[in-house]
This record gives sequence, C-alpha cells and structure tokens, in this order.
Amino acid sequence: MDYETLRFIWWVLIGVLLIGFSVTDGFDMGVATLLKVVGHGDEERRVMINSMAPHWDGNQVWLITAGGALFAAWPPVYATAFNGFYLALMLTLFALFLRPLAFDYRSKLESQAWRSCWDWGLTLGSAVPALIFGVAFGNLLQGVPFQFDDILRLDYQGGLLDLLNPFALLAGLLSLLMFITHGAAWLQLKTGGELRHRSAAIGSWTAVVCAMLFMLGGVWMLLGVDGYQVTSVIDTQGYNDTTGKVVAVSTGGWIANYSRFPLLWLLPLLGVSGFLLCAVTMKMGRHVLAFISSAAAMAMVIVTTGVTMFPFVMPSSLNPNHSLTMWDATASELTLKIMFVVVCIFVPLVLLYTAWSYWVMRGRLDEQFIRNNDKALY
Amino acid sequence: MDIVELSRLQFAFTAMVHFLFVPLTLGLSILLAIMESVYVMTGRTIYRQMTKFWGKLFGINFALGVTTGIAMEFQFGTNWSYYSHYVGDIFGAPLAIEALMAFFLESTLVGLFFFGWDRMSKEKHLAVTWLMALATNMSALWILVANGWMQHPVGSELNLATMRMELTNFADVLLNPVAQVKFVHTVSAGYVTGAVFVLAISSWYLLKGREIAFARRSFAIASAFGLASVLSVIVLGDESGYELGDVQKVKLAAIEAEWQTHPAPAAFTLFGIPNEREQRTDMAIKIPGVMGLIATRSWNTEVMGIRELKEEHRERITNGQEAYTLMQRLRRGEGSEEDIARFEEVRSDIGYGLLLSAYSDDVANATEADIAQAVEASIPKVWPLFWSFRAMVAAGFIMLLLFGLAFWHSVRRQPEKSPWLLRFALFSLPLPWIASEAGWFVAEYGRQPWAIGEILPVHLAVSSLTAEQVLSTLVAIGILYTVFVIIEVWLMQHFARKGPTGSGYLDDDIDVAYTTSSPYREEK
Repeated sequence: MDYETLRFIWWVLIGVLLIGFSVTDGFDMGVATLLKVVGHGDEERRVMINSMAPHWDGNQVWLITAGGALFAAWPPVYATAFNGFYLALMLTLFALFLRPLAFDYRSKLESQAWRSCWDWGLTLGSAVPALIFGVAFGNLLQGVPFQFDDILRLDYQGGLLDLLNPFALLAGLLSLLMFITHGAAWLQLKTGGELRHRSAAIGSWTAVVCAMLFMLGGVWMLLGVDGYQVTSVIDTQGYNDTTGKVVAVSTGGWIANYSRFPLLWLLPLLGVSGFLLCAVTMKMGRHVLAFISSAAAMAMVIVTTGVTMFPFVMPSSLNPNHSLTMWDATASELTLKIMFVVVCIFVPLVLLYTAWSYWVMRGRLDEQFIRNNDKALY
Repeated sequence: MDIVELSRLQFAFTAMVHFLFVPLTLGLSILLAIMESVYVMTGRTIYRQMTKFWGKLFGINFALGVTTGIAMEFQFGTNWSYYSHYVGDIFGAPLAIEALMAFFLESTLVGLFFFGWDRMSKEKHLAVTWLMALATNMSALWILVANGWMQHPVGSELNLATMRMELTNFADVLLNPVAQVKFVHTVSAGYVTGAVFVLAISSWYLLKGREIAFARRSFAIASAFGLASVLSVIVLGDESGYELGDVQKVKLAAIEAEWQTHPAPAAFTLFGIPNEREQRTDMAIKIPGVMGLIATRSWNTEVMGIRELKEEHRERITNGQEAYTLMQRLRRGEGSEEDIARFEEVRSDIGYGLLLSAYSDDVANATEADIAQAVEASIPKVWPLFWSFRAMVAAGFIMLLLFGLAFWHSVRRQPEKSPWLLRFALFSLPLPWIASEAGWFVAEYGRQPWAIGEILPVHLAVSSLTAEQVLSTLVAIGILYTVFVIIEVWLMQHFARKGPTGSGYLDDDIDVAYTTSSPYREEK
C-alpha cells in the first residue's frame, strides 16, 4: 500500500470516527440536552438517564479516539485546530467534565436540589459540545486565520468571538439539533408512555428543522462563503512542507468537487431525505427506522462536509498557501501504516463488543423499574 | 509568569489531579475482579456484596478519572501545539492505540459491570470484570509507552522536509526499556493504592466493630494483594533506578544531588540538604557504594556528576548551534555536499541547539553568554527532585512494613485484635497518593528543560497563545477541579461511612428486584 492510498484511507477513517461519535455519543448528548425538556419529574429523568447509563462512557470514547486518531494521523491538524480554537475547545472541555460526574453522582443522594444541579450539568455538558463541534466545522468551511513560520510554529490570529460568526452558528445549531433529534429517536426505542410521545413530538419537529438548516447552509456556502482550491501540483506520495503549495480562493469555490463529479450531489440529497424520513417515521411510531434514518442523515452531513472540502482539512484564510490538506498534513507513511493495521484489528472488535453490550442491555425502561432498583441505578 | 511557566503549571496541575484517580482505578479494578472470582468459585454471596460495595466506591473514583482524563487527551493540542506538531507522528500513535485497544473496552465494560449483574450468567459477569481490569492496565501500558518515549525518545528521527520527528521503528518505541520499566512500576503502584484503600477502610470498620465479616475478608484480600504489589513496586523501582543510570543521567544526578563525579561505586545520600549555590550537599549522611550499585549494577562504573554533565552539555549545545544553522540552510535548499555531511555528524545535537532559542532569537548567532545560560539551565533544580524522590521511597517502605504486618496478622490470627495495626492502616491511607504524586514529579520535573528528552525543549513546545488566555483557563480548571475533588472526597467518605449495610448491599433483595419485576429484561 503506497503513501497516497494510506493518506486517502486515513481521510476516510477520520470521517468514520466522527460518524461513530455522532451516532453513539450523539444520542446520549441529545437525550441529556432534552433531559429537562421532555423529562417531567425525577423518575422520568431517571428513566432517561438510565436508558443511556450502561453506554454513555463507551460512546464518549469515540470522541476520545477521534482526538487520538487526529493526533496520530494528522498531527499538524490536531496541533493547529486545537490551538486555534483554544477557548472554544476549553469551554467544550469544561462542559464535558460535567458529564461523567453528573451521570455517576446525580442519583447517589436523595436531595432534589443536588439532582437538579447535576441535571443542569448533564444538559450543559452535552449541549455545549454539540453546539461547538458544529461551530468548529462551520469555521473550517470558511477558513481559519493561521500561518506558520520557518520552523512551522503556528501563528494564529483570531479569537473566540471570531468563531461565533453567523454561518458557523448555523452549523452549530444544525449539529445541536441533529443530536437532539437522534436523542429523541433513542428515547423512543428505550422508553414508553408519555415520555415516548413527547420525544416523538419534539424529534419529528427538530428533524425537519435539521433538513432546512442543512439546505440553507448549502445555499449560503455556495453563494457567500469562500472556497479553496489547490492550483499547484501536490506530491501526494511525498513528504511535503505544508507551506509549499499554491492555493486559490474564490467565493462559492466549494462547488468545484460537485461540478467535477455531479454524482456527489447525492450525498447532501441523502442527508436531507434522511432527516425528512426520520421526521415521518417518528410520527408513524416506527422508532427503529427513525433511529437509523437520523443516524444516516448525520453521517451524510459529515460526509458532505468532508467531500466539499476535499482535499482540504483546514483551510487558512490568513495565508491560503499554508492551508492543511489531507495530502500534506498527515503523519509519516510508517505511522499511517501501523495505525491502519491497529484500526483494522480493533475497530471491528470494538463494534462487536459494543453491539454485544447494547444487546445485553436491550429493552425498555419505565418508572417502576427505577423504583425497584433505586439503589443500583443512576 | 510567562506562557511557558503557565502552560507547565496547567499541565502539572491537570496531570497530578488526574493521577489522584488513576492508581485507585488500576488497583481497585483488579481487587474487584479477585473478589468476584472468589464469589464465583465459592458461591458465597458475601463476596458478591464486597464486589458491589467496593464497586460503588470504584465508580465514584472512576467518574472523576474519566473527567480529568478528557483534559489530558486534548491539552497536548490546545496547550502544546508545537510539541504536537513536532512529535505527533510518534507520540500520537500510542494515545490513539490506547483509545482503540484499551479505553473502548474499559468504558464499554464498566457499564456492564455496574448494570449487567442480572442480565448475564455470573461467569460472564466475572469475565466482564476481569476484562475491564485488563483493559485498565492496557490503558496504562500505552500511556506509559508515550511517556517513556518523552523520557527516552527512541525509534525516531528528524525529517527536514516536514520539520518534525518521525517514526522509524515502532518496535523500539513499544519496547523502549524506560517505558517497560515505568509501566510495571506504575501499575504496581496502582495495585498498592487499591490495596491500601481497601485495607484502611476495612480497618476502620474493624476498629468501630462494624461489618466484621465483610471487613475481615476485605482486609485479608487487600493485605495479600498489597504485599505482593508493594514488593513489586520496590523491586521495579530499583529497576527504574538502573534505567536512569543508563539513559537519563541528568535526572539521576539531580535526584541524588551528585554534584560531581565520584570514584566508583558512588555513595547513596540517605539524607542531606542540597545547596544549589555551593553545588554541594550539606549535612549529608551517605551509604558508601549503594548508588553505584543501583544505578550501574557494577563496582567500577562511575555515576556522572552534575559538573561533568554540564561540560558535556556545553559541547553538545555548541554542536547543536551548528546543526541548527546547517538545518536552516538545508531546508532552504542551499546546502552543499559538505553541509549535508557535516549535518549528519551533528544532527543528534540539534535539540541542544534549540535550547538556545530561549536566550536568543537568532540561534545561529547566539553568544557565549547565551550558551553559558543554556548550560546552566540544562540541569533541573536539585532540591525538589532530591526531596520528592525521598518522600516516594519513604512512603514505599512504610507501606512495605504495613503490608508485611497486615499480612502476617491476617494469616496468623484475627487482625481486629490488634487495634494499633488497624490504626496504622487507617493513617496510612494518604501514603500511596503521596508516593505516586512524588514519583510523577520526579519523572516529569526531572526531565526539565526538555519536553522530549534531548530533542525538544519545553519552552519551544508551547502553543501560540497569550499568557492571559492560559492564565484564564488555568484559573477555571483550578476552580472546577477543586470543586470536583471536594465533591468526590465527600461522596467517598459518605458511602464509606454508610458501609455495605447502610448502602443496601447486605440485603440481597436488590438482586431479587432486578430479576423478578424488571420490565427491562425483554421487550414485549
């Protein structure tokens, strides 16, 4: 396997990890965001929390793995993005801090004030990252103000407030609503009665909004957002300095890949239909189908974003020639090869025991179950 | 304070708080698996109750371990951006492998450990518990492979085109002797932490005359497991000493306040007051020959002293300066044949050249004074290392004594008849944490001024941020972590005080409820 192929595979794999994160951690972040909205009273909230209790920790590892894989496979991207989005990521971290504690500590004491505090912690800890991840991608699509010096030290010229521009906020809203929709679908799989009805009502509505935001974002991107294109020849097999290429910028330029391969239009189309199908199936009470279609729609949103920017991963608005692409911002050939072998062995294993754990914990929960197992549950 | 100091402080704080929880997770996970094994083999429910009760405390600790672990995974990118760029090709891999191979398994199974009791056979649940414990240990392996490489970077080389270190031999990184020694030393220390935790709380019950049957069994398991573990920590710690003598001479010299090279075999300074200004140790009590034996395992090999190491560093910094100049020329594509040949000779010292960038913006033209400053700063401060190392060792030997006595008493007769021993065990509760934190301090502070030993100085490794940005996050993390730790410790003592009886683990109704009335079992 040559360097070029490995680089392409890793571009796909990073996407796979992000999709894995959205499909698994996405639903528990969504459920946690809805905690105070659809959960009336302590017992209903405990039903919601315990529906994800055995899984949230494993789900969260998709995020950790995506971070680790980014570090290993695209070190310059990890270094640039995490440093560049410093305060936004720190806020995300602080929010994420609250989740494990809220899950584990919330129901350990009887006090309602204690529990209510942790409920807010769980909601904040899930909604803030969901929003910021979208904001981050919204900024990647517009380019980020960075450049490198002669020994490739980063010079980042932007702040937290620059990240919160209208287009990025739209992307953030989309990712938050995607997770909420997905969480609502999960609640329909795992709960009954009122709770299930309320989540179906909310989820079918947010799914439609997702479809609309996704389309709006697409139109906005093609009319008002700068697209990037490499105009020099990149040696896809070689070791490149990330600063040694020529990049052209033009408004609406992100359409280039679609013009060249019109079949790619299917991807956003599938995304929109996924959201709509999800809305319809929720209304019909076909909860399995609803969960699958919301997962598929999220996957298509991620794939669409990746394909639109290809081969860019992190364009630079400050010095476009210093943009990071999946051809020049990768790890060495040896590291990519070793990590690919590791992924080939362990990702199937992970999927296998994750599936087993969901199978073991299958079934619906209700308030009676919470009362019967008061001490042993979250 | 500048950005470098603030970033170091933030890393030190987050890492040290994280490591309050990691060792207990390592040790308790194994102890839980042992207790549950006894339950499955003997069928006696008290061992299941033990697994569940200690499991509850394990969970409280585990949650904060996960929380503080998230920060660890992401702060290399946020706060050590140039580090991430410069060594991500090697350092990122073990972190990613850790997540894929170990953390996924651990986190998935921890859910089944807590919530799967009635949903699978007891053999299957036992397998879950053991695999969870195994995964926890595998996590430690990969993290310590990463840290071992920071201490002793092997299997890699600088690529001038990409201006970073790149992997040349993965097996070298994995089998790095420093990483191997660190792994076994660290996980054993974790086992000791788990054992002291169980021993101390069980002793408290015995002192109060509560939960006797429960506490006596927990005491017995903890004392046996603890004795084996503490012996292995000490033996493997000695192995670490040998590795230091081999590959991290500066750290060893600083730990031992070895101001200059003495004739072999060097003496071990048991006690003394390091005097940085005079470069000597006041009031030293020395044991002849011991340090030479530990560090070199021979009678006639010298242990290098700080004065001699500085001379060596001066030479390497001068070479590094030349290497840096040549590198710039080569990167611009202006190097001649001779330049390339000369670069090959001095390239291993390029990290030392980078040390100069702390004192001069133009490394190539750094002055003699700059070099002198870099040489002085090439050795970490002695007294913090000297003292924290001795704190760690002392804590280790006190715990050896504790477990020796506890094991003897639990084998020979009932430990509750020796209240002094129970009190000794109770008051020893902080010792494993003191030892672990001191140990990590020695490992990390002792590597200064390097982020990656002899490759990348710590002042270059930081992110492109302002001091205010780092200060604000440092304060925020400080407040958050403090609140979290207070809550965690409060919950811990709350449930420890309640004990297994008060927590509902001694009536088995809880399991009956699970199996009979649970609608959770099958979907209709």
